[in-house]
Amino acid sequence: MNIVLSAQNLRKSYAGQVVVDGVSISLNKGECFGLLGPNGAGKTTTLRLMLGLIEPDSGQLSLLGHAVPRHAREARLRVGVVPQVDNLDPDFTVAENLLVYGRYFGMKDREIEARIPALLEFASLAHKKDVKIPTLSGGMKRRLTLARALVNDPEVIFLDEPTTGLDPQARHLIWQRLHELTVQGKTLLLTTHFMDEAERLCNRLAVMDNGRIISEGSPRELIERNIEPQVVEVFGENAATWAQQHATRHAQRFEVSGESVFCYVADAQPLLRELQQQPDLRYLHRPANLEDVFLKLTGREMRE
Amino acid sequence: MSSHHFAPPRLSLRFFPIWQRHLLVWKKLAASSIIGHIADPMIYLLGLGYGLGSLLPQMGGTSYMVFLAAGTICYSTMNSASFEALYSGFSRMKEQRTWEAIMNTAVTLDDIVLAEVLWAASKSLLSGVTVLVAVWLLGLSHSPMLLWLAPLALLVGLCFAALGLIMTALAPSYDFFMYYFTLVITPMMLLCGVFFPVEQLPPLWQNVSSALPLTHAVEIARPLMSGNVPPDALLHVAVLLGYALSGFYVSLVLFRRRLSQ
Repeated sequence: MNIVLSAQNLRKSYAGQVVVDGVSISLNKGECFGLLGPNGAGKTTTLRLMLGLIEPDSGQLSLLGHAVPRHAREARLRVGVVPQVDNLDPDFTVAENLLVYGRYFGMKDREIEARIPALLEFASLAHKKDVKIPTLSGGMKRRLTLARALVNDPEVIFLDEPTTGLDPQARHLIWQRLHELTVQGKTLLLTTHFMDEAERLCNRLAVMDNGRIISEGSPRELIERNIEPQVVEVFGENAATWAQQHATRHAQRFEVSGESVFCYVADAQPLLRELQQQPDLRYLHRPANLEDVFLKLTGREMRE
Repeated sequence: MSSHHFAPPRLSLRFFPIWQRHLLVWKKLAASSIIGHIADPMIYLLGLGYGLGSLLPQMGGTSYMVFLAAGTICYSTMNSASFEALYSGFSRMKEQRTWEAIMNTAVTLDDIVLAEVLWAASKSLLSGVTVLVAVWLLGLSHSPMLLWLAPLALLVGLCFAALGLIMTALAPSYDFFMYYFTLVITPMMLLCGVFFPVEQLPPLWQNVSSALPLTHAVEIARPLMSGNVPPDALLHVAVLLGYALSGFYVSLVLFRRRLSQ
Protein backbone atom coordinates (compact mmCIF):
# COMPACT_ATOMS: atom_id res chain seq x y z
CA MET A 1 0.00 0.00 0.00
CA ASN A 2 1.73 3.15 -1.15
CA ILE A 3 -1.01 5.68 -0.53
CA VAL A 4 -1.17 6.07 3.24
CA LEU A 5 -3.81 8.75 3.35
CA SER A 6 -6.19 10.04 0.76
CA ALA A 7 -8.49 12.98 1.26
CA GLN A 8 -10.79 14.15 -1.50
CA ASN A 9 -12.66 17.37 -1.55
CA LEU A 10 -13.02 17.78 2.22
CA ARG A 11 -15.36 20.50 3.36
CA LYS A 12 -16.16 21.70 6.85
CA SER A 13 -17.91 24.80 8.04
CA TYR A 14 -18.81 26.07 11.49
CA ALA A 15 -21.84 28.29 11.94
CA GLY A 16 -21.91 29.24 8.27
CA GLN A 17 -18.19 29.99 8.16
CA VAL A 18 -16.27 27.74 5.75
CA VAL A 19 -13.08 26.57 7.47
CA VAL A 20 -12.01 23.79 5.11
CA ASP A 21 -13.10 24.38 1.54
CA GLY A 22 -12.52 21.46 -0.82
CA VAL A 23 -9.15 20.14 0.38
CA SER A 24 -7.66 17.12 -1.42
CA ILE A 25 -4.39 15.62 -0.21
CA SER A 26 -2.78 12.26 -0.68
CA LEU A 27 0.21 11.02 1.29
CA ASN A 28 2.70 8.48 -0.02
CA LYS A 29 4.34 6.03 2.30
CA GLY A 30 7.61 7.32 3.75
CA GLU A 31 7.28 10.93 2.73
CA CYS A 32 7.19 14.04 4.88
CA PHE A 33 4.34 16.26 3.79
CA GLY A 34 4.04 19.82 5.04
CA LEU A 35 0.86 21.81 5.33
CA LEU A 36 1.75 25.50 5.37
CA GLY A 37 -0.51 28.42 5.98
CA PRO A 38 -1.07 31.51 8.09
CA ASN A 39 -2.99 31.29 11.37
CA GLY A 40 -6.62 30.46 10.70
CA ALA A 41 -5.93 28.92 7.28
CA GLY A 42 -7.66 25.69 8.32
CA LYS A 43 -4.59 23.51 8.94
CA THR A 44 -5.58 22.20 12.37
CA THR A 45 -9.17 21.57 11.30
CA THR A 46 -7.83 19.58 8.33
CA LEU A 47 -5.74 17.45 10.69
CA ARG A 48 -8.71 16.85 12.98
CA LEU A 49 -10.80 15.77 10.00
CA MET A 50 -8.10 13.35 8.93
CA LEU A 51 -7.96 11.83 12.42
CA GLY A 52 -11.72 11.39 12.41
CA LEU A 53 -12.18 13.65 15.44
CA ILE A 54 -14.73 15.75 13.57
CA GLU A 55 -17.06 14.84 10.72
CA PRO A 56 -16.62 16.55 7.36
CA ASP A 57 -19.70 18.15 5.79
CA SER A 58 -18.69 16.38 2.58
CA GLY A 59 -15.72 14.63 1.02
CA GLN A 60 -14.00 11.25 1.09
CA LEU A 61 -11.27 10.25 3.51
CA SER A 62 -9.28 7.09 3.94
CA LEU A 63 -6.40 6.62 6.37
CA LEU A 64 -4.27 3.45 6.29
CA GLY A 65 -7.02 1.69 4.37
CA HIS A 66 -9.79 2.62 6.81
CA ALA A 67 -12.71 4.86 5.93
CA VAL A 68 -12.65 7.95 8.16
CA PRO A 69 -14.52 9.01 10.28
CA ARG A 70 -16.49 5.73 10.34
CA HIS A 71 -13.47 3.54 11.11
CA ALA A 72 -11.18 6.27 12.42
CA ARG A 73 -10.55 4.43 15.67
CA GLU A 74 -9.08 1.43 13.86
CA ALA A 75 -6.95 3.74 11.72
CA ARG A 76 -5.66 5.59 14.80
CA LEU A 77 -4.27 2.31 16.19
CA ARG A 78 -1.36 2.87 13.78
CA VAL A 79 -1.18 6.67 13.95
CA GLY A 80 0.80 8.95 16.27
CA VAL A 81 -0.18 12.54 17.02
CA VAL A 82 1.89 15.46 18.30
CA PRO A 83 -0.66 18.16 19.16
CA GLN A 84 -0.08 21.88 18.92
CA VAL A 85 -0.45 22.46 22.67
CA ASP A 86 1.23 20.08 25.10
CA ASN A 87 -1.22 17.81 26.88
CA LEU A 88 1.07 15.58 28.89
CA ASP A 89 -0.25 14.32 32.23
CA PRO A 90 1.27 16.76 34.73
CA ASP A 91 0.84 14.46 37.74
CA PHE A 92 2.86 11.66 36.17
CA THR A 93 6.54 11.10 35.61
CA VAL A 94 8.06 10.96 32.14
CA ALA A 95 7.96 7.14 32.05
CA GLU A 96 4.43 6.99 33.47
CA ASN A 97 3.21 9.28 30.72
CA LEU A 98 4.43 6.78 28.14
CA LEU A 99 3.04 3.77 30.01
CA VAL A 100 -0.42 5.26 30.50
CA TYR A 101 -0.58 6.44 26.89
CA GLY A 102 0.41 3.06 25.49
CA ARG A 103 -2.52 1.46 27.33
CA TYR A 104 -4.97 3.57 25.32
CA PHE A 105 -3.82 1.61 22.26
CA GLY A 106 -4.64 -1.65 24.00
CA MET A 107 -0.97 -2.46 24.59
CA LYS A 108 0.06 -4.69 27.50
CA ASP A 109 2.14 -3.08 30.26
CA ARG A 110 5.01 -5.49 29.56
CA GLU A 111 4.97 -4.56 25.90
CA ILE A 112 5.04 -0.81 26.66
CA GLU A 113 7.71 -1.11 29.33
CA ALA A 114 9.93 -2.91 26.84
CA ARG A 115 9.64 0.07 24.47
CA ILE A 116 10.18 2.83 27.04
CA PRO A 117 14.03 2.81 27.18
CA ALA A 118 14.33 3.20 23.39
CA LEU A 119 11.66 5.92 23.33
CA LEU A 120 13.44 7.85 26.09
CA GLU A 121 16.74 7.41 24.27
CA PHE A 122 15.14 8.78 21.09
CA ALA A 123 13.80 11.78 23.00
CA SER A 124 17.15 12.29 24.81
CA LEU A 125 15.26 11.98 28.08
CA ALA A 126 16.76 8.78 29.53
CA HIS A 127 18.11 10.76 32.50
CA LYS A 128 14.66 12.27 33.18
CA LYS A 129 12.75 8.97 33.35
CA ASP A 130 11.36 9.46 36.86
CA VAL A 131 11.00 13.23 36.78
CA LYS A 132 7.59 14.91 36.91
CA ILE A 133 6.38 16.92 33.93
CA PRO A 134 6.22 20.46 35.41
CA THR A 135 10.01 20.43 35.96
CA LEU A 136 10.76 19.77 32.25
CA SER A 137 11.75 22.55 29.84
CA GLY A 138 9.60 23.38 26.80
CA GLY A 139 11.94 21.46 24.51
CA MET A 140 11.91 18.39 26.76
CA LYS A 141 8.10 18.41 26.88
CA ARG A 142 7.94 18.55 23.08
CA ARG A 143 10.40 15.67 22.79
CA LEU A 144 8.40 13.64 25.29
CA THR A 145 5.21 14.41 23.35
CA LEU A 146 6.97 13.13 20.23
CA ALA A 147 8.13 9.98 22.05
CA ARG A 148 4.58 9.48 23.34
CA ALA A 149 3.27 9.67 19.77
CA LEU A 150 5.63 6.79 18.91
CA VAL A 151 4.59 4.50 21.76
CA ASN A 152 2.36 2.39 19.48
CA ASP A 153 5.02 2.24 16.73
CA PRO A 154 2.77 4.16 14.30
CA GLU A 155 3.09 4.15 10.52
CA VAL A 156 1.89 7.72 10.16
CA ILE A 157 2.65 10.63 12.48
CA PHE A 158 0.64 13.85 12.49
CA LEU A 159 2.49 16.84 13.91
CA ASP A 160 0.67 20.12 14.49
CA GLU A 161 3.27 22.90 14.66
CA PRO A 162 5.86 20.68 16.33
CA THR A 163 8.45 23.39 17.03
CA THR A 164 6.35 26.47 17.80
CA GLY A 165 7.70 28.24 20.88
CA LEU A 166 11.03 26.39 20.99
CA ASP A 167 14.51 27.92 21.03
CA PRO A 168 16.86 27.20 18.09
CA GLN A 169 18.73 24.38 19.89
CA ALA A 170 15.48 22.63 20.77
CA ARG A 171 14.13 23.07 17.22
CA HIS A 172 17.23 21.58 15.65
CA LEU A 173 17.03 18.53 17.90
CA ILE A 174 13.37 17.99 16.94
CA TRP A 175 14.23 18.37 13.23
CA GLN A 176 16.99 15.80 13.57
CA ARG A 177 14.57 13.35 15.19
CA LEU A 178 11.89 13.91 12.57
CA HIS A 179 14.46 13.29 9.87
CA GLU A 180 15.42 10.01 11.58
CA LEU A 181 11.77 8.97 11.51
CA THR A 182 11.52 9.49 7.75
CA VAL A 183 14.72 7.45 7.33
CA GLN A 184 12.97 4.65 9.26
CA GLY A 185 10.19 4.80 6.67
CA LYS A 186 7.54 6.58 8.76
CA THR A 187 5.13 8.89 6.97
CA LEU A 188 4.93 12.39 8.44
CA LEU A 189 2.29 15.04 8.02
CA LEU A 190 3.20 18.30 9.68
CA THR A 191 1.70 21.74 9.83
CA THR A 192 3.98 24.70 10.34
CA HIS A 193 4.37 28.35 9.60
CA PHE A 194 8.15 28.18 9.72
CA MET A 195 9.36 28.10 6.14
CA ASP A 196 12.87 26.96 7.01
CA GLU A 197 11.34 24.01 8.84
CA ALA A 198 9.20 23.10 5.84
CA GLU A 199 12.08 23.56 3.39
CA ARG A 200 14.40 21.44 5.47
CA LEU A 201 12.08 18.54 6.35
CA CYS A 202 9.39 18.16 3.72
CA ASN A 203 9.51 16.30 0.41
CA ARG A 204 6.20 17.83 -0.53
CA LEU A 205 4.26 20.85 0.60
CA ALA A 206 0.84 22.35 0.25
CA VAL A 207 0.22 26.02 0.95
CA MET A 208 -3.18 26.57 2.49
CA ASP A 209 -5.14 29.80 2.86
CA ASN A 210 -8.79 30.47 3.65
CA GLY A 211 -9.49 26.74 3.80
CA ARG A 212 -8.11 26.01 0.31
CA ILE A 213 -4.89 24.55 -1.00
CA ILE A 214 -3.48 27.24 -3.25
CA SER A 215 -0.23 25.58 -4.33
CA GLU A 216 1.33 22.15 -3.97
CA GLY A 217 4.68 20.55 -4.84
CA SER A 218 8.25 20.03 -3.63
CA PRO A 219 9.88 23.09 -2.00
CA ARG A 220 11.97 23.62 -5.16
CA GLU A 221 8.93 23.28 -7.44
CA LEU A 222 6.97 25.76 -5.40
CA ILE A 223 9.76 28.31 -5.65
CA GLU A 224 10.30 27.75 -9.38
CA ARG A 225 6.63 27.83 -10.18
CA ASN A 226 5.63 30.84 -8.13
CA ILE A 227 8.49 33.25 -7.95
CA GLU A 228 11.54 34.77 -9.67
CA PRO A 229 14.80 33.06 -8.62
CA GLN A 230 16.65 36.09 -7.17
CA VAL A 231 15.66 38.51 -4.43
CA VAL A 232 17.26 41.85 -3.65
CA GLU A 233 16.07 43.42 -0.40
CA VAL A 234 16.60 47.16 -0.26
CA PHE A 235 16.50 49.08 3.04
CA GLY A 236 16.53 52.76 3.86
CA GLU A 237 14.32 55.81 4.45
CA ASN A 238 14.08 56.53 0.74
CA ALA A 239 13.79 52.93 -0.36
CA ALA A 240 10.10 53.20 -1.24
CA THR A 241 10.53 56.39 -3.25
CA TRP A 242 13.55 54.92 -5.04
CA ALA A 243 11.55 51.79 -5.86
CA GLN A 244 8.65 53.75 -7.39
CA GLN A 245 11.08 55.56 -9.70
CA HIS A 246 13.76 53.01 -10.55
CA ALA A 247 12.94 49.47 -9.45
CA THR A 248 10.64 48.60 -12.34
CA ARG A 249 13.48 49.18 -14.78
CA HIS A 250 15.47 46.22 -13.40
CA ALA A 251 13.04 44.09 -11.41
CA GLN A 252 10.12 41.99 -12.70
CA ARG A 253 8.22 42.69 -9.54
CA PHE A 254 8.72 44.49 -6.25
CA GLU A 255 6.89 44.76 -2.94
CA VAL A 256 7.16 47.55 -0.39
CA SER A 257 6.93 46.68 3.30
CA GLY A 258 7.62 49.66 5.59
CA GLU A 259 11.16 50.90 4.87
CA SER A 260 12.08 47.71 2.99
CA VAL A 261 11.60 46.91 -0.67
CA PHE A 262 11.69 43.33 -1.94
CA CYS A 263 12.74 43.16 -5.61
CA TYR A 264 12.18 39.87 -7.42
CA VAL A 265 14.41 39.40 -10.47
CA ALA A 266 15.66 36.75 -12.90
CA ASP A 267 19.07 38.43 -13.19
CA ALA A 268 20.16 40.63 -10.31
CA GLN A 269 23.28 42.19 -11.89
CA PRO A 270 21.69 45.32 -13.49
CA LEU A 271 19.78 46.07 -10.30
CA LEU A 272 22.88 45.63 -8.14
CA ARG A 273 24.85 48.00 -10.39
CA GLU A 274 22.06 50.55 -10.04
CA LEU A 275 22.06 50.14 -6.25
CA GLN A 276 25.81 50.75 -6.04
CA GLN A 277 25.03 54.30 -7.23
CA GLN A 278 22.70 54.86 -4.24
CA PRO A 279 24.90 55.48 -1.15
CA ASP A 280 21.95 55.98 1.26
CA LEU A 281 20.38 52.58 0.47
CA ARG A 282 21.55 49.30 1.97
CA TYR A 283 20.74 46.06 0.21
CA LEU A 284 20.94 42.27 0.47
CA HIS A 285 21.08 39.90 -2.48
CA ARG A 286 19.93 36.31 -1.93
CA PRO A 287 18.22 33.41 -3.76
CA ALA A 288 14.42 33.26 -3.48
CA ASN A 289 13.15 30.96 -0.75
CA LEU A 290 9.93 29.42 0.43
CA GLU A 291 9.09 32.38 2.63
CA ASP A 292 8.98 34.59 -0.48
CA VAL A 293 6.56 32.13 -2.08
CA PHE A 294 4.48 32.00 1.06
CA LEU A 295 4.22 35.78 1.34
CA LYS A 296 3.43 36.09 -2.35
CA LEU A 297 0.66 33.51 -2.15
CA THR A 298 -0.89 34.51 1.16
CA GLY A 299 -0.10 38.24 1.25
CA ARG A 300 1.86 40.36 3.69
CA GLU A 301 -0.98 41.62 5.85
CA MET A 302 -1.34 40.33 9.42
CA ARG A 303 -3.63 37.39 10.13
CA GLU A 304 -5.23 37.27 13.53
CA MET B 1 -26.53 19.60 16.43
CA SER B 2 -26.33 16.87 13.81
CA SER B 3 -27.91 13.44 13.90
CA HIS B 4 -24.76 11.44 14.72
CA HIS B 5 -24.59 13.21 18.08
CA PHE B 6 -27.72 11.28 19.04
CA ALA B 7 -26.34 7.85 18.12
CA PRO B 8 -26.68 5.31 20.94
CA PRO B 9 -23.61 5.05 23.21
CA ARG B 10 -21.00 2.63 21.92
CA LEU B 11 -19.63 1.06 25.06
CA SER B 12 -16.52 -1.10 25.24
CA LEU B 13 -13.88 -2.27 27.68
CA ARG B 14 -11.58 0.35 26.23
CA PHE B 15 -12.75 2.60 29.05
CA PHE B 16 -10.56 0.59 31.44
CA PRO B 17 -7.12 2.13 30.72
CA ILE B 18 -8.71 5.57 31.15
CA TRP B 19 -10.22 4.54 34.49
CA GLN B 20 -6.77 3.18 35.42
CA ARG B 21 -5.24 6.56 34.58
CA HIS B 22 -7.64 8.37 36.93
CA LEU B 23 -6.84 5.83 39.64
CA LEU B 24 -3.10 6.40 39.22
CA VAL B 25 -3.54 10.19 39.54
CA TRP B 26 -5.73 9.64 42.60
CA LYS B 27 -3.14 7.36 44.21
CA LYS B 28 -0.51 10.08 43.76
CA LEU B 29 -2.67 12.79 45.28
CA ALA B 30 -4.74 10.72 47.73
CA ALA B 31 -2.56 11.39 50.75
CA SER B 32 -3.46 15.07 50.69
CA SER B 33 -7.16 14.65 49.96
CA ILE B 34 -8.23 11.50 51.76
CA ILE B 35 -8.39 13.16 55.19
CA GLY B 36 -10.81 15.72 53.75
CA HIS B 37 -12.95 13.05 52.17
CA ILE B 38 -13.27 11.16 55.44
CA ALA B 39 -13.53 14.22 57.65
CA ASP B 40 -16.44 15.94 55.92
CA PRO B 41 -19.16 13.29 56.43
CA MET B 42 -17.76 12.46 59.88
CA ILE B 43 -18.05 16.05 61.05
CA TYR B 44 -21.70 16.19 59.97
CA LEU B 45 -22.49 12.79 61.39
CA LEU B 46 -20.83 13.33 64.75
CA GLY B 47 -21.59 17.04 65.08
CA LEU B 48 -25.26 16.90 64.14
CA GLY B 49 -25.73 13.38 65.44
CA TYR B 50 -24.54 14.07 68.97
CA GLY B 51 -25.67 17.68 69.06
CA LEU B 52 -29.20 17.32 67.69
CA GLY B 53 -29.50 13.67 68.70
CA SER B 54 -29.53 14.54 72.39
CA LEU B 55 -32.41 17.00 71.83
CA LEU B 56 -34.50 14.84 69.53
CA PRO B 57 -36.69 11.91 70.43
CA GLN B 58 -36.37 8.65 68.57
CA MET B 59 -36.96 9.03 64.88
CA GLY B 60 -38.77 6.32 62.97
CA GLY B 61 -37.96 3.81 65.69
CA THR B 62 -34.21 4.48 65.77
CA SER B 63 -31.90 6.96 67.42
CA TYR B 64 -31.29 10.21 65.54
CA MET B 65 -27.67 9.14 65.05
CA VAL B 66 -28.70 6.00 63.13
CA PHE B 67 -31.32 8.01 61.21
CA LEU B 68 -28.65 10.53 60.22
CA ALA B 69 -26.06 7.88 59.35
CA ALA B 70 -28.31 6.55 56.56
CA GLY B 71 -28.74 10.06 55.18
CA THR B 72 -25.03 10.79 55.48
CA ILE B 73 -24.03 7.78 53.38
CA CYS B 74 -26.32 8.98 50.60
CA TYR B 75 -25.35 12.61 50.66
CA SER B 76 -21.61 11.99 50.94
CA THR B 77 -21.69 9.61 47.96
CA MET B 78 -23.74 12.19 46.03
CA ASN B 79 -21.20 14.90 46.88
CA SER B 80 -18.21 12.84 46.05
CA ALA B 81 -19.51 11.85 42.59
CA SER B 82 -20.67 15.39 41.87
CA PHE B 83 -17.33 17.00 42.75
CA GLU B 84 -15.44 14.46 40.67
CA ALA B 85 -17.71 14.77 37.63
CA LEU B 86 -17.81 18.56 37.74
CA TYR B 87 -14.49 19.96 38.92
CA SER B 88 -12.10 17.11 38.14
CA GLY B 89 -13.96 16.16 34.96
CA PHE B 90 -13.84 19.73 33.70
CA SER B 91 -10.16 19.94 34.48
CA ARG B 92 -9.49 16.78 32.46
CA MET B 93 -11.72 17.89 29.60
CA LYS B 94 -10.56 21.52 29.35
CA GLU B 95 -7.77 22.80 31.59
CA GLN B 96 -5.37 19.86 31.32
CA ARG B 97 -6.48 18.76 27.83
CA THR B 98 -6.34 15.16 29.01
CA TRP B 99 -9.34 14.18 26.89
CA GLU B 100 -7.76 15.73 23.82
CA ALA B 101 -4.65 13.61 24.34
CA ILE B 102 -6.71 10.45 24.83
CA MET B 103 -8.93 11.06 21.81
CA ASN B 104 -5.90 10.99 19.53
CA THR B 105 -5.43 7.33 20.46
CA ALA B 106 -7.43 4.21 19.71
CA VAL B 107 -10.35 5.09 22.00
CA THR B 108 -13.46 7.17 21.42
CA LEU B 109 -15.27 9.93 23.26
CA ASP B 110 -17.86 7.37 24.36
CA ASP B 111 -15.10 5.39 26.12
CA ILE B 112 -13.84 8.58 27.80
CA VAL B 113 -17.28 9.59 29.12
CA LEU B 114 -17.97 6.05 30.35
CA ALA B 115 -14.62 6.11 32.18
CA GLU B 116 -15.58 9.44 33.80
CA VAL B 117 -18.90 8.06 35.08
CA LEU B 118 -17.36 4.85 36.39
CA TRP B 119 -14.44 6.65 37.99
CA ALA B 120 -16.67 9.17 39.79
CA ALA B 121 -18.86 6.26 40.94
CA SER B 122 -15.74 4.47 42.19
CA LYS B 123 -14.94 7.47 44.35
CA SER B 124 -18.52 7.42 45.65
CA LEU B 125 -18.10 3.79 46.58
CA LEU B 126 -14.96 4.66 48.52
CA SER B 127 -16.72 7.51 50.27
CA GLY B 128 -19.75 5.32 51.10
CA VAL B 129 -17.61 2.51 52.43
CA THR B 130 -15.71 4.97 54.63
CA VAL B 131 -18.95 6.12 56.30
CA LEU B 132 -20.01 2.49 56.57
CA VAL B 133 -16.83 1.58 58.44
CA ALA B 134 -17.43 4.51 60.79
CA VAL B 135 -21.02 3.31 61.42
CA TRP B 136 -19.63 -0.09 62.26
CA LEU B 137 -16.89 1.26 64.53
CA LEU B 138 -19.30 3.60 66.36
CA GLY B 139 -21.50 0.61 66.98
CA LEU B 140 -24.53 2.27 65.38
CA SER B 141 -25.44 -0.93 63.60
CA HIS B 142 -23.91 -4.35 63.13
CA SER B 143 -26.55 -5.81 60.84
CA PRO B 144 -25.25 -7.78 57.82
CA MET B 145 -27.83 -5.80 55.82
CA LEU B 146 -25.29 -2.93 56.02
CA LEU B 147 -23.26 -4.59 53.29
CA TRP B 148 -26.02 -3.72 50.79
CA LEU B 149 -25.13 -0.08 51.32
CA ALA B 150 -21.91 -0.58 49.32
CA PRO B 151 -23.66 -1.39 46.01
CA LEU B 152 -26.14 1.40 46.84
CA ALA B 153 -23.24 3.86 47.15
CA LEU B 154 -22.04 2.75 43.72
CA LEU B 155 -25.49 3.24 42.21
CA VAL B 156 -25.90 6.68 43.80
CA GLY B 157 -22.44 7.49 42.46
CA LEU B 158 -23.38 6.45 38.91
CA CYS B 159 -26.55 8.51 39.12
CA PHE B 160 -24.92 11.75 40.31
CA ALA B 161 -21.81 11.32 38.17
CA ALA B 162 -24.01 11.09 35.07
CA LEU B 163 -26.14 14.09 36.12
CA GLY B 164 -23.01 16.08 37.02
CA LEU B 165 -21.44 15.39 33.63
CA ILE B 166 -24.36 17.14 31.97
CA MET B 167 -23.24 20.29 33.80
CA THR B 168 -19.61 19.69 32.85
CA ALA B 169 -20.60 19.37 29.19
CA LEU B 170 -22.40 22.72 29.37
CA ALA B 171 -19.97 24.63 31.60
CA PRO B 172 -18.03 27.56 30.15
CA SER B 173 -15.82 27.68 33.28
CA TYR B 174 -15.53 26.41 36.85
CA ASP B 175 -17.69 29.31 38.14
CA PHE B 176 -20.72 27.73 36.48
CA PHE B 177 -20.61 24.82 38.96
CA MET B 178 -21.57 27.07 41.87
CA TYR B 179 -25.09 27.24 40.40
CA TYR B 180 -25.37 23.48 40.34
CA PHE B 181 -24.21 23.07 43.92
CA THR B 182 -26.29 25.97 45.24
CA LEU B 183 -29.46 25.33 43.23
CA VAL B 184 -29.43 21.54 42.89
CA ILE B 185 -27.17 19.70 45.30
CA THR B 186 -27.84 21.72 48.48
CA PRO B 187 -31.65 21.81 48.05
CA MET B 188 -31.53 18.09 47.31
CA MET B 189 -29.78 17.53 50.63
CA LEU B 190 -32.55 19.42 52.47
CA LEU B 191 -35.53 18.02 50.53
CA CYS B 192 -34.64 14.35 50.38
CA GLY B 193 -34.77 13.26 54.00
CA VAL B 194 -31.09 13.36 54.84
CA PHE B 195 -31.44 15.34 58.08
CA PHE B 196 -35.17 15.04 58.81
CA PRO B 197 -38.07 12.91 57.49
CA VAL B 198 -39.61 14.05 54.20
CA GLU B 199 -43.02 13.96 55.95
CA GLN B 200 -42.02 17.17 57.75
CA LEU B 201 -42.18 19.07 54.46
CA PRO B 202 -45.33 20.82 53.16
CA PRO B 203 -47.29 18.50 50.78
CA LEU B 204 -46.15 20.36 47.64
CA TRP B 205 -42.51 19.91 48.57
CA GLN B 206 -43.13 16.26 49.42
CA ASN B 207 -44.24 15.79 45.79
CA VAL B 208 -41.10 17.50 44.53
CA SER B 209 -39.04 15.38 46.84
CA SER B 210 -40.52 12.15 45.52
CA ALA B 211 -39.17 12.94 42.06
CA LEU B 212 -35.60 13.59 43.25
CA PRO B 213 -33.03 10.81 43.02
CA LEU B 214 -31.53 11.34 46.47
CA THR B 215 -34.93 10.64 48.09
CA HIS B 216 -34.93 7.18 46.54
CA ALA B 217 -31.41 6.54 47.73
CA VAL B 218 -32.37 7.51 51.30
CA GLU B 219 -35.50 5.32 51.07
CA ILE B 220 -33.25 2.32 50.46
CA ALA B 221 -30.49 3.27 52.90
CA ARG B 222 -32.61 3.97 55.96
CA PRO B 223 -34.25 0.54 56.39
CA LEU B 224 -30.92 -1.16 55.58
CA MET B 225 -29.25 0.80 58.35
CA SER B 226 -31.75 -0.63 60.84
CA GLY B 227 -31.30 -4.11 59.43
CA ASN B 228 -34.59 -4.25 57.50
CA VAL B 229 -35.42 -5.02 53.87
CA PRO B 230 -36.39 -1.72 52.20
CA PRO B 231 -40.02 -1.65 50.97
CA ASP B 232 -40.33 -0.96 47.22
CA ALA B 233 -36.59 -1.42 46.82
CA LEU B 234 -36.90 -2.32 43.14
CA LEU B 235 -38.84 0.84 42.39
CA HIS B 236 -36.20 3.01 44.07
CA VAL B 237 -33.37 1.20 42.30
CA ALA B 238 -35.21 1.65 38.99
CA VAL B 239 -35.54 5.42 39.55
CA LEU B 240 -31.83 5.75 40.37
CA LEU B 241 -30.87 3.63 37.36
CA GLY B 242 -33.19 5.69 35.18
CA TYR B 243 -31.49 8.91 36.26
CA ALA B 244 -28.06 7.33 35.74
CA LEU B 245 -28.79 6.04 32.23
CA SER B 246 -30.61 9.10 30.95
CA GLY B 247 -28.00 11.40 32.52
CA PHE B 248 -25.24 9.43 30.84
CA TYR B 249 -26.94 9.60 27.44
CA VAL B 250 -27.73 13.32 27.66
CA SER B 251 -24.20 14.17 28.79
CA LEU B 252 -22.73 12.06 25.99
CA VAL B 253 -24.83 13.86 23.37
CA LEU B 254 -23.72 17.22 24.82
CA PHE B 255 -20.06 16.22 24.93
CA ARG B 256 -20.22 15.02 21.32
CA ARG B 257 -21.64 18.37 20.31
CA ARG B 258 -19.18 20.39 22.40
CA LEU B 259 -16.07 18.53 21.24
CA SER B 260 -16.98 18.56 17.57
CA GLN B 261 -16.62 22.35 17.48
